[in-house]
Amino acid sequence: MWRDALAVAGKDLRIELRTRVLLNQVVPFALLVLVLFAFAVGPGRGPMFQAAAGVFWVALLFASVLGVQRSSAIEASDAGRDGLRMSGLDPAGIFLGKTAALCAQLVVLELLLGLGVVLFFGSRVHSAGPMVAACVAGTAGLAAVGTLYGMLSSGLRVRETLLPFLFLPVVAPVLLAGTRAWQSALGTGATGASPWIELLVVFAAVYLALGVVIYGPLLEAA
Amino acid sequence: MAANPTTAEAVTKTANRVQPLGRRTKLTTRLVGLGAISSLVATVWLGLWVTPPDLVMHNLVRLVYVHPPIAWISLYLAFGIAALSSALWLWPRTRSRFFDRLAVSSMEVGTVFTALTLVTGSIWGRPTWGVWWAWDARLTSTALLLVLQLGYLALRRVPGDPDSRARRCSVTALVAAVDVPIVHFSVQWWRTLHQNATVLNANLSPTIHGAMAWTLLLGFVAFTLLFAWMLLVRYRVQVLSESLEGDELEGALRERWGETGDVGNAAGLVGSAGAGEGALVGVSVTGESQ
Repeated sequence: MWRDALAVAGKDLRIELRTRVLLNQVVPFALLVLVLFAFAVGPGRGPMFQAAAGVFWVALLFASVLGVQRSSAIEASDAGRDGLRMSGLDPAGIFLGKTAALCAQLVVLELLLGLGVVLFFGSRVHSAGPMVAACVAGTAGLAAVGTLYGMLSSGLRVRETLLPFLFLPVVAPVLLAGTRAWQSALGTGATGASPWIELLVVFAAVYLALGVVIYGPLLEAA
Repeated sequence: MAANPTTAEAVTKTANRVQPLGRRTKLTTRLVGLGAISSLVATVWLGLWVTPPDLVMHNLVRLVYVHPPIAWISLYLAFGIAALSSALWLWPRTRSRFFDRLAVSSMEVGTVFTALTLVTGSIWGRPTWGVWWAWDARLTSTALLLVLQLGYLALRRVPGDPDSRARRCSVTALVAAVDVPIVHFSVQWWRTLHQNATVLNANLSPTIHGAMAWTLLLGFVAFTLLFAWMLLVRYRVQVLSESLEGDELEGALRERWGETGDVGNAAGLVGSAGAGEGALVGVSVTGESQ
């Protein structure tokens, strides 16, 4: 399972390195969301400072919808799904590999997005540890749900419109918990970060486990 | 070759031909429906005329006979049945069409109840809290549940091969079912880490009148019966619509076949048009030709 996962993750990351879709299109889109939010909230320093954590996570969620679409589009053409199905790879391995590749790409996105928040919204980082922990756990959860729904909606003609509608409500707790954890780390929140990080870890663990079990039957349907 | 029947005729024909539920189930449906109607009437009578108004909330308290039973059905019963039957469908040993139909029926009826929960809650909230909507923990998680259910129904409407549709939908139901407790806890923390007890707890008067308690209990029974009746009827509709889908495809193929009058062409059509149910339709069309 783990070897298969590595192989699939390597394949997806190699394709990204050669096509640079995420870097050239999704990252600029995420930064654009930051700017649009600044127009909506700003230009006063106070409200922007308050909103920074939420803006980061909303931008991340929107960008991850695009990331998920890209991740499932890799297999959409040239009967790539049939290839995956008949390759003899463990479905759980395929799921973990695709999730890991999406995770790696989202982490790069988060680094740039975090930098953007600090630059544009004037946030000061009080404690970096909780922020990184929230990002890692939140990204794993996002990528797990995203990979599941990416495969689920692939092959449907209405996939572009259906995917955000299915994906975003499910990851709403990630937005909630991630924002609270970041607010506490940026010094704008009222509560501690640790319960929220625990929630993100539980979310990620639950959906990684569900994906490992359920991806096989899903792969047959697509 | 007979003329192509209109849709209405086809529906009636299908309804007459297909007996989705046996005679005993039909009788059960009628009895459950009868029970639902009579218990609802009794609830209305007890709730509006017999029970006394509340000291604090006056006549508004009468919503207690409607809102909690509906919420119970939408949050636990309907969603639970849908999630459980989706899981049973995915489990290879218990896979059967029955669970897929049960899941979609329960989810659809449950969505109606979730919407009703929000509507009745809003109607109650406006006079007691002064607002139609508050970002209370329960309201927020119920609203998210409604969006999840609407997503399931949207996915259900996407045309395609019945087997892969069932697979997709059951996975979605499971993902949503796992999400609901997480949403519930996160939203509860989101609210309660800031402020203390929610308004909802303060509303229920400490001592509940005997007649009120019985009416509330009857309300639970009445709405559960109503849900069961709607579920049975919706299940029947599901069976009928599935067989109608098959009939329409067969009818269209036969029509084309009549145009050409050539068996070879018809066989070609079957191969190209009936991708999902090709084997099944192919058998019935060749059966006609002999």
